[in-house]
Amino acid sequence: MASRIGAIALALLLALLVLGSAGVVAAQADRWTLGPAEWAAVRFTVWQAALSAGLSALLAVPVARALVRRRFAGRGAVILLMGAPFLLPVVVAVLGLLAVFGRNGAVNQALGLLDLAPFSPYGLLGVVLAHVFLNLPLVVRMLLAGWQAIPAERFRLAQSLGLGPRAIARHLERPMLRGVLTGAALVVFVLCLSSFAVALTLGGSPRATTVELAIYQALVFEFDLGRAAGLATVQFALCAVAVAVAGRFSMPLAFGAGLDRGGVIPGPAGARRWLDGLWITLTALFLLGPVGAVVLRGAPGLADLPASVWAAAGRSLAVAVVAAGLAVAGALVLAGSRARLIELAAMLPMAASGLVLGTGIFLVVHPLIRPEALALPVTIVVNAALALPFVYRLILPEMRSLQADYGRLQAALGMTGWAAFRLVTLPRLRRVLGFGAGVAAALSMGDLGVNALFAGENGATLPLMVQRLMGSYRTDLAAAAALLLVGLSFALFALCDRWGRHAAA
Amino acid sequence: MLRLEGVRVVQDGFAVTADWAVPAGAKVALIGPSGAGKSTLLLAVAGFVPLQAGRVLWQDRDLAPLAPAARPVSMLFQDQNLFPHLTVAQNLGLALAPDLRLSEMQKAQVTRVLDRLGLAGFGARRPGALSGGQMGRAALGRVLLQARPVLLLDEPFAALGPGLKADLLALVAEVAAAATVLMVTHDPADARRFADLSVLVADGVAAAPVATAALFADPPAALRDYLG
Repeated sequence: MASRIGAIALALLLALLVLGSAGVVAAQADRWTLGPAEWAAVRFTVWQAALSAGLSALLAVPVARALVRRRFAGRGAVILLMGAPFLLPVVVAVLGLLAVFGRNGAVNQALGLLDLAPFSPYGLLGVVLAHVFLNLPLVVRMLLAGWQAIPAERFRLAQSLGLGPRAIARHLERPMLRGVLTGAALVVFVLCLSSFAVALTLGGSPRATTVELAIYQALVFEFDLGRAAGLATVQFALCAVAVAVAGRFSMPLAFGAGLDRGGVIPGPAGARRWLDGLWITLTALFLLGPVGAVVLRGAPGLADLPASVWAAAGRSLAVAVVAAGLAVAGALVLAGSRARLIELAAMLPMAASGLVLGTGIFLVVHPLIRPEALALPVTIVVNAALALPFVYRLILPEMRSLQADYGRLQAALGMTGWAAFRLVTLPRLRRVLGFGAGVAAALSMGDLGVNALFAGENGATLPLMVQRLMGSYRTDLAAAAALLLVGLSFALFALCDRWGRHAAA
Repeated sequence: MLRLEGVRVVQDGFAVTADWAVPAGAKVALIGPSGAGKSTLLLAVAGFVPLQAGRVLWQDRDLAPLAPAARPVSMLFQDQNLFPHLTVAQNLGLALAPDLRLSEMQKAQVTRVLDRLGLAGFGARRPGALSGGQMGRAALGRVLLQARPVLLLDEPFAALGPGLKADLLALVAEVAAAATVLMVTHDPADARRFADLSVLVADGVAAAPVATAALFADPPAALRDYLG
């Protein structure tokens, strides 16, 4: 009973936060018609998201297929690597990509040797490049899961019928790809719609501004509250529609563990072998290069980082730990309920973005209190709310099967409340709770969004600090701070995940 | 006396009715084809499935307002009778204190039951480290500690093979001698061995209990069909 009241209260709170923010920005929007600048932002947002989703999906197919049908030393490590960019702080990815693809990066040096025109990682190309870097691995992992869901018997049947690679692709792989790839592309599209950090660092010109970035510019640079509110309304509408459309497809959720089982799928010999090897090598280089560049560039400066960076790191850790705790606790409470409306409330934050929630809160609090004073609490609440749907989706199936398996035994023994949580829920779900907490902590740690709206001189988190250092061209210092940020993010994730894996039995 | 008074239970669009009583201490087999509603009836007595009509009474007391844990009933399910992450002793301890804060006396009680069931020294193991027969004994230990007057068995030993199953049923008869037992089974041999009364569940009706020997000596049409 108490848990049901908790779930209802929390669902109402989430609805208030998300729909309240949407309502506040809609009410304060000073005009309902979009000017040319706003339209340009909408067009750019949708276009870059579509390009990023399409490219990620297109490139993921050969990579995933190569990983599925080849066995080689280090294959496990490559699959693990595919899980990493999802947790990589976006500013770090951008910094690394600039080191590789920037003016003095390896790519342009090679182009220069060949007397070719240099490549500019800014604008649309740069934004899409960064989004593919961040999302390609996610799609690859979703596809791997899809491939493994094809029963091994079917591949054996295909072998005994003597089907070649083309026939296998047609009869076994394409039907799976149709479903999984659509879902995966939609996930990437939705994620890229609310892209802020990438647009802030690689876009920014009037022709390369996302709606999310335009909100920030309106609020922070122009202090035009009406315009910010109008843009936030547009952004909420965009995301809500995209999430509603995406919700009609079953979403593969494949950043979980355990992607290395199942029988060996036959790999064709000959030139395809080399082609597969090429795809895997190129992808590994594409993913490792930028991260390696950050490590190389940042390591020397790590020892003498200024106190301000350490202070920001402390703030980020606090934000990550508290937000992850809130997201996991909230997801647990909501997953305990079977009501359809509660389920809807848990997914509601997916329709919101950091800047929409941030703008809503900003508009409510700024007449009453200096926004800077609330920088950390707001960052925590917004990050917890944004991470909650991910954690909820992770926990829900486990919770349901726990209830199906042991619900009656629990009821027969009269185990309720704290005793049931301590003795059954926590130990049975520990693995997924640890993993979920790790994901939530890493996402919150790396988020550069709402914090940029609220933080003054003294409330900046580490990602914002990195972005500010990049903006003032102190690249070595930025790289050192970025290295600290990655280290802390992954350490937090690993710590939570390890705690989960130490589950008994 | 356990009385099912005009009971009607619906689960997954399938209904089963029962209107009869058995005396306290009776050993009753519920026999009939799969899907006839035997388990559903048991779940209704235990309080997991609501009644569409009628009442379930124990010693003239209506059980309707009682939650499963508050009923004078303990139940062995088909499976999932033990939490795999808790030790055997902890699993048994849950019968005495759902929060596992056991007094020394209660801990001693758990140890005594383990000894009695031939599980001495197994208390610190997890269920996964036990054989099927040992798991059955541990689950039995749990209901023994619950010490409820009515025991419901939903084919808990079906996966064990005939020899072990017979052993465990003999153990149930021994340790639950005073309890009223309703046992779901597919196997006429179980009914003959264990139950003095049998209820035939077929075509949506749980018939009134009759002496097991008499039922099998002159089986009604539905039972003849089932036995083949």
